[in-house]
Amino acid sequence: MKHDPLLALAGYFAMLSLFAVGGANAAIPEMHRLAVDVMHWMNDRQFADNFAIAQASPGPNVIIVTLIGYHVAGLAGAVVATTAMCVPTCVVAFIVARTWDRFKGARWRIAIQAGLVPLSIGLIGASAFVLARAADHNVYAGLVTAATAAVAYATRINPLFMFAIAGVLGVSGWL
Amino acid sequence: MLDSAAPATDRAAPPTAATVVNPTLPELFRAFVAVSLSGFGGALPWARRMIVDKRQWMTAEEFNEAFSLSQFLPGANVLNFAVVFGSRFGGAAGAAVAFAGLMGPPLVIITVLAVLYAHFGDIAVLGRILSGIASAAAGLLIAIVVKMAAPLFGKRWDFGPPVAILAFIGVALMQWPLPYVFLVLAPISIAFAWFRVAR
Repeated sequence: MKHDPLLALAGYFAMLSLFAVGGANAAIPEMHRLAVDVMHWMNDRQFADNFAIAQASPGPNVIIVTLIGYHVAGLAGAVVATTAMCVPTCVVAFIVARTWDRFKGARWRIAIQAGLVPLSIGLIGASAFVLARAADHNVYAGLVTAATAAVAYATRINPLFMFAIAGVLGVSGWL
Repeated sequence: MLDSAAPATDRAAPPTAATVVNPTLPELFRAFVAVSLSGFGGALPWARRMIVDKRQWMTAEEFNEAFSLSQFLPGANVLNFAVVFGSRFGGAAGAAVAFAGLMGPPLVIITVLAVLYAHFGDIAVLGRILSGIASAAAGLLIAIVVKMAAPLFGKRWDFGPPVAILAFIGVALMQWPLPYVFLVLAPISIAFAWFRVAR
């Protein structure tokens, strides 16, 4: 599997998608682990760049896998990674959606839903940690992260404005 | 840029079970195209505005129900929502149409950006801009997770906070593979939830 990048993309993303409870953001550390540490497809900085591009462009966050796929194997890689990440989980969603309403109020259904909430929160927290570690290489960058977190938590300002300010600050070369 | 970007003042009376209307496939497609282009950093708030407030395709309760299902299913939440919602109104065709509408435009845009990054990513100034945005994007995610965690950690602790903390430690600090962490913690957490339901 390690010899064909397309097969590796398909296998890894299909598998990790099925554990991505809490959305694409919950799977960021696993993507980082595979792309940077295991497969050496890209370095920390490139991973953080790709996440930044995915966040700053419209659409679901999951499109970061399209960027990783493109980085690894061009257009074919983009298509394979996106398909592997999206199609299996959509099939699961389709099947579950057809049967789920029948079990409304069932104890196991309530338990599954309630039990997965803290897990997904922990996973998304891990994503934030991994991203901050990949993106912030000095104290100024850490301050940008902290300031953005504070503003986004306390206000309803469109995050694109904060991205724009952070981009301008980035030009200064301090980050 | 799109009509869905209008402020929430465009909302009519909240739909009830009697006033909800069913979308056609082309309507479904166009609605999710609009959601995909207006949403960023997560498209779900836009989906809600479009489906409940503007088009009245679902009541708020129905939306919450479909949303919570999409949230705990694996994979991108908003994508799951598109499939759940689309299949409800148009079966497999509806799910496919909603999926295509939601993913099509962003995929075109992101592919263009990927090509640009591959060509120009090494230019120093672009790299600096991106590193600034990357720091801010990490901050945005911190804010999101703090908001999500507040209700969990705010009330009296049960199994929830320890599970969240263990998941964080396993994935972020120990850097264990996600499937391992998931396969250990999910059954434990669900088992606790199971016994709590009984009370």
